[in-house]
Amino acid sequence: MMEEKYALELIMKGKRVDGRKFDEFRPIEIMPNVISKAEGSAQVRLGDTEIIAGVKLNIGKPFADTPNEGVLIVNSEFTPLASPDFETGPPGEDAIELSRVTDRGIRESHMVNVEQLAITPGEKVWMMFVDLHMINHQGNLLDAASLAAVTALHAAKMPKIDADGETVLRGDYDKQLPVVHMPINITVGKVGSSLLIDPTLEEEKVLDAKLSIAVREDGAICALQKQGNKELELSDIDKMVELAAKKADELRELVKEALKKI
Amino acid sequence: MGHKSDKKLIVEGKRTDGRKFDQLRDVEMKVDVVNRATGSAMVRFGSTVAVAAVHGPRELFPKFMQEQAAGIIRVRYNMAPFSVDDRKSPGPDRRSQEISKVARLALEPSIFLEDFPKATIDVFIEILQADGSTRVTGINAASLALADAGVPMRDLVASCSVGKIDGQLVADLNGLEDNYGEADMAIAMQPGKNKLTLMQMDGAISRDEFEKLVKLAAESCKKIYDMQKKVLKEKYKRE
Repeated sequence: MMEEKYALELIMKGKRVDGRKFDEFRPIEIMPNVISKAEGSAQVRLGDTEIIAGVKLNIGKPFADTPNEGVLIVNSEFTPLASPDFETGPPGEDAIELSRVTDRGIRESHMVNVEQLAITPGEKVWMMFVDLHMINHQGNLLDAASLAAVTALHAAKMPKIDADGETVLRGDYDKQLPVVHMPINITVGKVGSSLLIDPTLEEEKVLDAKLSIAVREDGAICALQKQGNKELELSDIDKMVELAAKKADELRELVKEALKKI
Repeated sequence: MGHKSDKKLIVEGKRTDGRKFDQLRDVEMKVDVVNRATGSAMVRFGSTVAVAAVHGPRELFPKFMQEQAAGIIRVRYNMAPFSVDDRKSPGPDRRSQEISKVARLALEPSIFLEDFPKATIDVFIEILQADGSTRVTGINAASLALADAGVPMRDLVASCSVGKIDGQLVADLNGLEDNYGEADMAIAMQPGKNKLTLMQMDGAISRDEFEKLVKLAAESCKKIYDMQKKVLKEKYKRE
């Protein structure tokens, strides 16, 4: 409680607990392919917030309405190790929301060319599982999760399939996953009349509202989600989108740099 | 959303159901439709039908969940198994849990929860028939149900979907437009205060289109707001 009150008082004075500017991220570390068992993976740190995303590919059946497309499934685990507030058991509404918002950024940006993931159209397709594993929750899980997911997909390789057409030959790859875009999710928070990004845990608790915005490299907006239990002014929206677009460009460069290290 | 399809959603400048781009479907609103509830409402947009009921404010149990400073609001959005083409298995799935959360956040800023310490206001939204825009239809019904229950509110919440279909920006997507359109956005507002309480979007659109969609959504919410006020005044006018 004390920390939150302090964070709020500082914000009202135009300052932040860690001395950052309102439009400044914490130090960002992006480490692709940290899990050799996964087809693609990434570990991301935003300050002390840490998350690992893993991509696994399985062979499965397509959905009836998209018989010629691969399937994307995003799941997140708010593992109890990451925060004293997380509990075991089925995912709660915050975990579900995080998965679904991350999913929409990937899906709606057409980031992965899912048509190239059909093996036998109508019958057999690749299923992409993106699992988001929280390691340490120190605020802004969503931006960290989506950064990790996008990096992991860009790093992911397609395994070969055995001559029987059924068995995935793990660890034996033949090409990269067909990834064509790079959406970046930026969450802009609002406190009083101030807008800020990448809130720490204490700051997150005092935000009135936030808006998560996924922006593609061509500037297209691919997904939006308002969060928090207070209103936004209609006139806030443009400023929030403007800020998100600018920061998305910066973070995209960091992902590209990180991917060069593979 | 965003499925590749040859489906034409706009033919000769009109939508598949004959509407203009900014035109809402035929809208019906009724309040006090569930006798056992504190307040209730039915809202129909075309063939999308939602019923919402409010129980409370009532004491919150178990007691450890009670808040001393203010009451809480709980919202459940649920689709009837028969409301869609292929039967939906009953009970909460990930989609309905997310919608329940955003619907709660869409309504919460309007309610004077500080007037009801230790209490809960429970809102149940049932989608009886789904033809696109179910969450916004449900939120419109819930807002009316809260007013019907006599819950003190800062403003009514009016909610609307907008989107991009066949390259055109349109209001109030039906199921077909929702499935095969290029983008859809759900917005909820307190139109009397020009404040936004829900905003969700999927699809890929430019900044310019985005700004136009927000404007179209705000205008559409105003229309819905006027209908909500009308039905409430009709119901509660002095005899």
